[in-house]
Amino acid sequence: MAKTNTQASTLVERHGLTDDRLREIFRTMLLQRQLDNRGFQLNRQGKVPFALGSEGHEALQAGAAMAFHRGKDILAPYYRDLGLAVGIGLTPYEILLSLFARAADHNGGRQFPNHYSSKAAGLMSFSSILAAHIPHAVGAAYALQYRGEAGRAVLATCGDGTTSEGEWHESMNFAAIHKLPFVMLVENNEWAISTPLSKQMAQPEIWKRAAGYGMPGRRFDGFDPIATYAAVKEAMDRARTGGGPSLIEGTCYRYLAHSTDDNDMTYRTREEVLERRKLDPVPRFERVLVEGGVMTAAEIDAMRKDVLRETNEATDAAEALPYPQPADLYTHVYEGAWQPWQ
Amino acid sequence: MAVSSSSTSTVMNNVEAVRATLYEAMKNDDRTIIIGEDVGARGNVFLITKDFIGEFGAERVIDTPIAEASIVGIAVGMAMEGLRPIAEIQFADFIYPAFNQIVGEAAKTRYRSNGEYTCPLVIRTPYGGGVRGALSHSVSIEALFYHVPGLKIVAPAFPADVKGLLNAAIDDPDPVLFLEHKKTYRLIKGEVPDGHYTIPIGKANVLKEGTQLTVVSYGLYVHWALEAAAQLQADGLSVEVIDLRSIRPMDKTAILNSVEKTRKLLVIHEDNKFGGIGAEISAMVAEEALFHLDAPIRRHCAPDVPAMGYALPLEEEYMSSPAEMAEAMREMVAF
Repeated sequence: MAKTNTQASTLVERHGLTDDRLREIFRTMLLQRQLDNRGFQLNRQGKVPFALGSEGHEALQAGAAMAFHRGKDILAPYYRDLGLAVGIGLTPYEILLSLFARAADHNGGRQFPNHYSSKAAGLMSFSSILAAHIPHAVGAAYALQYRGEAGRAVLATCGDGTTSEGEWHESMNFAAIHKLPFVMLVENNEWAISTPLSKQMAQPEIWKRAAGYGMPGRRFDGFDPIATYAAVKEAMDRARTGGGPSLIEGTCYRYLAHSTDDNDMTYRTREEVLERRKLDPVPRFERVLVEGGVMTAAEIDAMRKDVLRETNEATDAAEALPYPQPADLYTHVYEGAWQPWQ
Repeated sequence: MAVSSSSTSTVMNNVEAVRATLYEAMKNDDRTIIIGEDVGARGNVFLITKDFIGEFGAERVIDTPIAEASIVGIAVGMAMEGLRPIAEIQFADFIYPAFNQIVGEAAKTRYRSNGEYTCPLVIRTPYGGGVRGALSHSVSIEALFYHVPGLKIVAPAFPADVKGLLNAAIDDPDPVLFLEHKKTYRLIKGEVPDGHYTIPIGKANVLKEGTQLTVVSYGLYVHWALEAAAQLQADGLSVEVIDLRSIRPMDKTAILNSVEKTRKLLVIHEDNKFGGIGAEISAMVAEEALFHLDAPIRRHCAPDVPAMGYALPLEEEYMSSPAEMAEAMREMVAF
């Protein structure tokens, strides 16, 4: 089981983050949790067939998103990266379109919810097949390096379970050989659906594999958005300036079941979940902001209400839109119209 | 490469046609990247890309680790990000680790993103037997992939088609699996028009016109089928031979036009019969032209074993021959 830092984050070191930036991080965290819960609510209401949770990843993702340069960097995320998606600029409305599988969704209602894609935001399309996106991220990083686009880097993310895949290893190896502008951010939440870390790997500190690839690696407290920001920024800055790839690992926890179709009480105990709940990054960072004088309790309350309002408006707006038409099944197989027989 | 009497074409073999076409693609578009095992310093195991690394640089001719899934996967990422990668799988038999990247990723990139991301990628690989390649250097892989919408599959048999179809594959906005029969690499020579040209993917070629039987094939067996048809011709029997050239999409019009004329269909391929390309062709003809037929459709294909063996009798038993093909053709004509 991953060791996690139970020390409350303080504002002793803010790594250059202004009060505005800290508030922005916190708002992303609140938005992630609200949208995350909205998916589960809509599923329980029978309005959407499926949703994936990301509760427990808020600090990690909001902190990482703050280190992402919009309009320059490329993000290759996985399906638990709701906070990263909204943190780099996807709107709640876009998230809800995906939940409701509406025609106006980026994927046209084809993919599961939480399979973000936005060329405008620099967010690469990905499938549900874990680690299959890591070579894509490395290929994109190769393209940046080949074109000499200094100042740009690719941030790829995955969970701890994905690091068991062969393509994950192959990609790390290739990125290191070519010193690519690539950062592998592992969100270690201790669980791969029902399989604990101990059955995924004998050596539980994923960042230590960096030495084997010949790249820098480090672990950080992913319950702390400032520590996350610092670690991701350090790695991304290195990648953007010709310093090559990094493997960084943030510790977090998956508070919810894997998805709305999973019952986590069949494989882990309530006691374990409650124990980890003490680290919940949302109230923890809230305390940091209040005690650090960045936000008052009233301001936080107002922000929560605003996030709820935005989520409700996005829900209503997305729900009101139509599904794709049956004829939409046949588009974008190839460029243009096509038949297997010509 | 020998220059022919005509100033507008050059005689070359299939391997030289691949090489010349790749060379032009590298010269003409600096987004073109060749990525694969031993493609750089060694210049590919068949010397297809020999000296490319010196001319175009190691950043455009990438010697990869031995890792097929990521050869294709990294090429997919390059394609999504605006490059025009040509990935090489050293032997088609080694493509299995890349199956997910081809089927689950490349073929679905455009579809799953509703057209927002695309994957203009060529995957080249030498396939096929008759070269003492044993179990893992001789397989035909086309049937494993032709079920997959989103992919295109090309398998040319002649140098001029290699050039025209490889150019088309490189220009194509979608992923193309480009199959090169390795026994034809140096065996088959022909005139190749100079200059840039493309042959549309999905167009078959009627190589020999005939009236009593339609033979549909592709790859090495096209050449053997032509030999067999010539033997029958000497006896006054008239066989039409169609080279598919493209497997997906496939030229239905060419097949149906021919079958409606000859009223008999024989499909010949090197891959084994069960679930092979011939199954789809047979089903299509049965659906669309059953009442034009004067004989049951027949498939002359490899036996249902995992692969051809290394020992010569095992390879010969697996492979067909012009003589066996001629026998099958005679039986069909006589039916």
